[in-house]
Amino acid sequence: MKSIWFFVGILLLVLGVLILGAGIVGMMSGELPPTVLANLHPRVWWGGIMTIAGILFLVFNRKPRA
Amino acid sequence: MASIGLSVLDWLIIAIYFAFILGLGYYLKKFTKNQEDFFMAGRKNSMWVAGLAFLSANLGALELLGMTGNTFKYGMYVAHFYWVGAIPAMLFLGVYMMPFYYSSRIHSVPGYLKLRFDEKTRVLNAIAFAVMTVLVSGINLYAMALVLHTFLGWSWDVSMWISAATVAAYVTMSGLLSAIFTEIVQFFLIWFGLFLVSILGVVEIGGIDEVFARVPAAYNTLWSTSGDPAQNGMMVTWGGIILGLGFVLSFGYWTTDFLVVQRAFSAKDLRSARMTPIIASFFKMAVPFIVIVAGLVAYILANDSTTGFALLQDGGQVNYDSALPLLIARYYPEGLIGLGITALLAGFMAGQAGNVSAFNTVWTYDIYRALIKKDASDEHLLWMGRVTTIVGIIISVGTAYWAKSFPSIMDYMQAIFSWVNAPLFATMLLGMFVVWITPAGAFWGLLAGMGSSFLMFLAVKFQWISGSIITMSDNSSDMAVNFWRAWWAWLICFVLTIVISLFTKKKPREELVGLVKGLTAEVHDTGIPFLRRPAFYALLSLIVLIILNIIYW
Repeated sequence: MKSIWFFVGILLLVLGVLILGAGIVGMMSGELPPTVLANLHPRVWWGGIMTIAGILFLVFNRKPRA
Repeated sequence: MASIGLSVLDWLIIAIYFAFILGLGYYLKKFTKNQEDFFMAGRKNSMWVAGLAFLSANLGALELLGMTGNTFKYGMYVAHFYWVGAIPAMLFLGVYMMPFYYSSRIHSVPGYLKLRFDEKTRVLNAIAFAVMTVLVSGINLYAMALVLHTFLGWSWDVSMWISAATVAAYVTMSGLLSAIFTEIVQFFLIWFGLFLVSILGVVEIGGIDEVFARVPAAYNTLWSTSGDPAQNGMMVTWGGIILGLGFVLSFGYWTTDFLVVQRAFSAKDLRSARMTPIIASFFKMAVPFIVIVAGLVAYILANDSTTGFALLQDGGQVNYDSALPLLIARYYPEGLIGLGITALLAGFMAGQAGNVSAFNTVWTYDIYRALIKKDASDEHLLWMGRVTTIVGIIISVGTAYWAKSFPSIMDYMQAIFSWVNAPLFATMLLGMFVVWITPAGAFWGLLAGMGSSFLMFLAVKFQWISGSIITMSDNSSDMAVNFWRAWWAWLICFVLTIVISLFTKKKPREELVGLVKGLTAEVHDTGIPFLRRPAFYALLSLIVLIILNIIYW
């Protein structure tokens, strides 16, 4: 059976990439969303953190557990 | 308020989550071959899996919304629910109680009562727990539909039925295993989906020191104002916090509520089972960094007219539970909104899955097999577990509709834990640590404890007596009455159990081997290096707890 951490990695990676991608597209368009602190581009760094976390979970849990 | 609008990206994130957990349930189905797999997840989980599931079973969305709202209402005293109101009990469970639970190879907490006392005590607790669990599950469903309807404008019926059907599908396929897996997924979604609210809130206010500087003194301390209930937001004394919350309610919930304890039973060995609540305790202490910080940020913003932030009003009353969703709407742009909503959905659904997986176990083992079909085969019990899952979900949906037509039922639900769990803790404590406690003492003590708690609730609710009689204080909040009522229910059960046991027939000592301290081989952890012993990590957790309480004294 695959470890639960593997599945956590998949979900974090997929969601992280989507949020990071939306953040990068939004940043490049030059238009800020109508939310408070949008100038900090939270999608970019938070999506990036999720992506990295997802990759780490996948890398360290590739093999099925006994 | 206008609904929070969702973009295509937000919908995509929500859809991915639903597809993901259904796929997970389907994948795990092939590893669910017998009743032990379905009800106990095969007893193969590592301490990390069991530990995070142990915590997540309690970390539902209702709790997150409610505790953020309570922080807005009561201030930092809400942190007591996460620190002194949880950690000592979790450590006590891991260090002292788990050897009795795990070594007896029981399937449920009522199962322990059967071995230690008798069938009638087991059935009394099993029925009370089953009713409580399925009602809480229904209220959870109702609360979810309410939140989605209020903030997203979603159809009440559609959102409730889709989430109930999803939970029914994956729990029916693979039982406790899928419930535990989704609880762990939920744990990460909650942190990634909601912690950012606190971070951005602190940034907007100007730093964590500024947050504490801008709330009233009664809101930013834990103990220094607890000598006088008029001086703190919760209007409770230190005695109420320690006896009611820290001792009775906390120990009653964390050491006897099968919903959480079941996760530890799924661990692969005794050491992992003992480490389960100890690992969970470290993460439990971190939850206030979401709910307390977000609640204080909401309080500051709502009291600053330049921010344009205000909680919702329901019929002229402040809706405190709206604090967290409104902060999400304030800070989260497209994409992150989808993540935040998914985190809340995951919390609601995992909470419901946890309740229904505990319900199907208690029903199947402690009511169905105990009273209806004593010779049920492995296959039959597995089938019954799956049927009970669907029945439990249907009852939950019925309860949700009931709650919709009778909203004040929510008030009653908050008190249910003190009816069932507080007296049960007295029964378990005496049962595990005192050899001469008798089956008759346990049964009548438990019945009296539950009954007295229920009567006290009704008496205050319908103003037959003043809440100040229960709290022994002129100033007291509903929360303070909850704390003290739990204490009195525990005390009544504790005293009556002892008194009745003095005059009734004891069980033979040979039947109590492995169930009671003094007749059970002690767990000394010999041969395990000091740094790998559960007691070491429990001590570490206790030190962190003490430091946190000193910092925010």
